[in-house]
Amino acid sequence: MAKTVLILGATSAIARATAAAFAAQGFDLYLAGRNADELGRIAADLAIRYQIKAASGVFRAEDLASHAQFFTQAIAEMGEMHGVVLALGHLGDQQAARDFSVGAEVILVNFTAAASILSHCASYLEARKQGFIIGISSVAGDRGRQSNYTYGAAKGALSLYLQGLRNRLFASGVRVITVKPGFVDTAMTYGMPGLFLVASPQYIGERIAQALGKSADVIYLPWFWRYIMLIIKSIPELVFKRLKL
Amino acid sequence: MSTSSIPTLSRPLSGWGRYPVELCEQVRPERYQDLRPVAEQQIARGQGRSYGDAALGKRVILTERVNRLLAFDTATGILRAEAGVTLAEILAVIVPQGWFLPVTPGTQFVSLGGCVAADVHGKNHHHDGAFSQHVIAIELILADGSRVTCSATQNAALFWATVGGMGLTGVIGEVSLQLIPVSSPYVQVRHHAAANLAETFALFAAPALDDKYSVAWIDCLASGNDLGRSVLMCGHHAAQDDLPVALRQPAKLKKARAMPFDLPALALNPLSVKLFNAVYYRQQGHKTEPFFAHYSEYFYPLDSIAHWNRLYGKRGFVQYQCVIPDSGAFAAVTALLQALSQSRRPSFLAVLKRLGAQNQGLLSFAMAGYTLALDIPLRDDGVFALLRSLDEIVLQHGGRVYLAKDAVLTPQKFRIMYPRHAEWLALKQEIDPLQRFQSSLSSRLELTHG
Repeated sequence: MAKTVLILGATSAIARATAAAFAAQGFDLYLAGRNADELGRIAADLAIRYQIKAASGVFRAEDLASHAQFFTQAIAEMGEMHGVVLALGHLGDQQAARDFSVGAEVILVNFTAAASILSHCASYLEARKQGFIIGISSVAGDRGRQSNYTYGAAKGALSLYLQGLRNRLFASGVRVITVKPGFVDTAMTYGMPGLFLVASPQYIGERIAQALGKSADVIYLPWFWRYIMLIIKSIPELVFKRLKL
Repeated sequence: MSTSSIPTLSRPLSGWGRYPVELCEQVRPERYQDLRPVAEQQIARGQGRSYGDAALGKRVILTERVNRLLAFDTATGILRAEAGVTLAEILAVIVPQGWFLPVTPGTQFVSLGGCVAADVHGKNHHHDGAFSQHVIAIELILADGSRVTCSATQNAALFWATVGGMGLTGVIGEVSLQLIPVSSPYVQVRHHAAANLAETFALFAAPALDDKYSVAWIDCLASGNDLGRSVLMCGHHAAQDDLPVALRQPAKLKKARAMPFDLPALALNPLSVKLFNAVYYRQQGHKTEPFFAHYSEYFYPLDSIAHWNRLYGKRGFVQYQCVIPDSGAFAAVTALLQALSQSRRPSFLAVLKRLGAQNQGLLSFAMAGYTLALDIPLRDDGVFALLRSLDEIVLQHGGRVYLAKDAVLTPQKFRIMYPRHAEWLALKQEIDPLQRFQSSLSSRLELTHG
């Protein structure tokens, strides 16, 4: 029987490309997100292109109370779950920093909901003593900047959460991988001014699926973002606070 | 990113011929529900493989991310997909399962929606008709945002205005297509050399040489007694059992080589092209014994060089394609080739095909006769005078030019070439009274004016 991967936030361009890369490796898929029609379309597409089993189900990230039941049902439908890709992402807008009612939603989706659903996934995989969790965080979580620090803070918290989870699940043989993409050509970034080094979702998706075969726990995509962020993280706060970033 | 407005990107755009170039505001929906009219004026754009200005406009909706395969019945060969998917993506899925496209243009890097909008034809038009004749149904997204299913039997008027309608009736959202069965990815090909145009026409007309697919590559710089010398390339899908053992394994696709830079204008001069054509004529004309070619080599020879449009340099080129009814075809093609050869404007590519009966598409290009396609580099503005003289020859012989490749036709000539335009316009005004779907092509040809 093919192993199944659960993709959370499956309608985003990165998630779709990642799902395709797993399907190309022969994994079955369970696609979860808010938009049932889109999920159905993506599932049909991947099932036809890769001749795998692809099912989908509605997942409401902000409804934390529904997570346990959602996960139970996904497993019931697929028989088992071998791995999880967390691709929930909500950028919000510039208002998020000044208007907390907007910012709260950004934090809820990017961190609180992520931690909630991953807690269920982690316990399940820990008991099975195999499998993986791949969490898609962001380079924005490596240092707070005036342009998007609410999003960055939520992603930074997610990175720390995944780090802790990796530490906890190591003993049970469950891989936890943190992915930190830079700029990717998605709906989130389309038309944004001043973007540079923009990667295609296909590139990111393929690298994410390949990460399982490699040993790194934290991967930057494309690779050079590790060094860009190394430089950005090393700027002293005394200087950094004066920069327009 | 503001959630209230749709993000747009302003960028210079052009068709595959790289002429003209226009600054267009672009939106790129990723979800099917977001594939809809977004502004006062727009046109959908798939892969931008039309040559002229058909996929340019004030505002352009990029369909490239709305490209999902939705259903594929491997028993009946019916495929339903979102219009942004490319033929290459479709072929990669269907060929290993024993199916092929019923009609295909000369590149697989076009979108499914584009094939419907231009009602494309292939090397088998004389047998199988144009693309639309194999379309089972379309979901069209109208100017008011409503979604309508149309086909040859359901909302038929809308269907025949949409196929060949260059995206001006609405956004083509989903397409259901009837595929044809094949048992291998190979085509059995046979070449026949013709010393001049009369011989070329005789080969096309010879029933013994007729095959499912046929196309003649013409040496368009040959003149005098050699005018119209060509190699007729005929083919049909090879049966798995006919293949030599070496070809029975799944074929590994060669990776496309890319044209890394614009070729300087000097490289394509009359002498170098003449030399290339002479060598190509000798080489290809010798292949009189049948041989097997992978479908990608037979149908899409230029796809093996990514960005082959760079061959024509930065100024780009115009692809000129016309169809002439049978009665005047020989005289017209002779006159066209003479005009081209006299102008001493080298064309790498000149292709002659036979077309069958016209379908009911109100603006569909194909009609019974012969179609000639020419690549003409844009080196100086003298090209436009040449193109206008070609238009005159086509008009005199009752022919028409192909809107998917046109960049220079005038509204007056268009109306003579496409006599059903008035019918099309009546329907357009009914479904899109505010003219929300408009392209640079439609403005230039005054397609939406009475």
